Amino acid sequence: MYEIRFHGRGGQGSVIASKILAKAFFMEGKYVSAFPYFGVERRGAPVTAFTRVDDKPIRAKYQIYEPDFVIVLDPSLLSAVNVLKGIKENGYVLINTVKSPEEMRSRLNFKNVATVDATTIAIKHRLGSQTAPIVNTAILGAFAKVSGLVKIETVMDAIREAAPAKQEENAMAAKDAYDAVRMGGD
Amino acid sequence: MKMILTGNESAAWGARLSRPKVIAAYPITPQTSIIETIAAFIANGEMDARYIRVESEHSAMAACIAAQNTGVRTFTATSAHGLALMHELLIWASGARLPIVMSVVNRAMAPPWSVWTDQLDTMAERDSGWIQLYTQNNQEVLDSIIMSYKIAEKHNVLLPTMVIEDAFILSHTAEGVDVPDQKKVDDFLGEYDPAFKLDPDDPAGFGSLIMPEGPYMEFRYKMALAFEDARNEIKKVVEEYNETFERNYSPFIEEYRTEDADAIMVVLGTIGSTAKDVVDRMHEKGKKVGVARVRYFRPFPAEELRMLARKTDMLGVVDRSYSFGPGADLYAETRSVLYKHTDIPVKGYVMGLGGRDITPQILEKVFDDMLSVAKEGVVDKEVEWVGLHGDERWS
Repeated sequence: MYEIRFHGRGGQGSVIASKILAKAFFMEGKYVSAFPYFGVERRGAPVTAFTRVDDKPIRAKYQIYEPDFVIVLDPSLLSAVNVLKGIKENGYVLINTVKSPEEMRSRLNFKNVATVDATTIAIKHRLGSQTAPIVNTAILGAFAKVSGLVKIETVMDAIREAAPAKQEENAMAAKDAYDAVRMGGD
Repeated sequence: MKMILTGNESAAWGARLSRPKVIAAYPITPQTSIIETIAAFIANGEMDARYIRVESEHSAMAACIAAQNTGVRTFTATSAHGLALMHELLIWASGARLPIVMSVVNRAMAPPWSVWTDQLDTMAERDSGWIQLYTQNNQEVLDSIIMSYKIAEKHNVLLPTMVIEDAFILSHTAEGVDVPDQKKVDDFLGEYDPAFKLDPDDPAGFGSLIMPEGPYMEFRYKMALAFEDARNEIKKVVEEYNETFERNYSPFIEEYRTEDADAIMVVLGTIGSTAKDVVDRMHEKGKKVGVARVRYFRPFPAEELRMLARKTDMLGVVDRSYSFGPGADLYAETRSVLYKHTDIPVKGYVMGLGGRDITPQILEKVFDDMLSVAKEGVVDKEVEWVGLHGDERWS
């Protein structure tokens, strides 16, 4: 079983991202569950969402405490919440930022860090507004590359089915992020 | 068709496939997305039903009662304070013998305010005359609504039914769900055949005044008999559903690794799902434990619990609610039906109130405690509160 935690801000689509990712895994024949932190989401406030994926039915009905992957949709969260909390030693952190993986690696003091400028990609595809771009679909494309757990084509198909609007733009944003994500040195 | 659905979307799909003609509902977290999804089905022309927006849950149930009395299927959904506000009408619905099916998303009762899962809301309605069924995943939520109409509408049953799901853990969690084919559900359920209805051509009075020497007691006695009959109908319908839709539900209690178990955990709802993973982990360490997930709290599975007690040396009963008096709800009733049937110790554990997360780690500690009770043969404490702040034993 792999456990994935999303950190975003209310309005960025973290909960939707957790569901689209579950859908992509599901389309590849996996068992999934996706859920928000059982709280009351508010626009702009830190939001946490989760996806579980396994080859067998998932019986776990509790929150994720030791994720294999952490996806950060908003770099400003790095100073607001401990995004590394409970992450497995060999886990991977994927951050939406213009900064390099090396820079984030030393800032977080964690070895497996990937970065992608999902914000610029989202703006390029006119997803959301210039000031509040919606980066959730782009970051999923980067996740496909970083994790190697799901095909980018499946992620794009899941986005096309699940996105309420601009399906093709959202799918292309995922593709761009897949190509642009930086996983750094070693 | 396989779809990714939340528990609430699964409930809405279960209702949609059962073709109720009237939905009357009032929103409350964490139930709201059930009735929103149904409203969208109706607005999109995917569901042929009248949607009545009402000013309260009390009115929602009143509208369902009135509609069902005209001879159509109805559906509604609620949680916590909404269910409490319905209380008077819940008893009316069952007393009037109307097979209404309702989704209830378990949520804690305030104060303090909490929208998270807790079974006090439904436990407080255990004597309302409704069949109560607790579920562990979204598939079971959807399937149970379809099965519940069939069971409730049997003319020897005629009892309304609550299909209960845990707040957020199911209601807002998306899982893969097999959505049955509409035609197959139509064939399985058949047209609603009311035992009686309001009919201008055949006038009759309903709910009239009965003097103390009148048949009030007999009405209640017939309900008691109907709960007995419901047991047989539940068995038959679950079996038929399993065969038709390729499922594997146990009617009353789902048992997991209970054969030769030194101790068995008795639970309701999603705790029973997580507990299965924990049971496997315990077996790897050579600890023989099992889990029994009670699906129907009403009718209460007395005979099944007695059979369960014969398989083991100890029962640990987990409740996500507390009863000020006998201790905990499932615990107290389990112990009551076991009286004089077994000598094994039975211990209650209260945990997860107000949605506090129930993790495998804490369940493992409860299993260990159960094993030590099994070994000693006596209960150290009848009902234990697990995981209170500052209590180091469970952290």
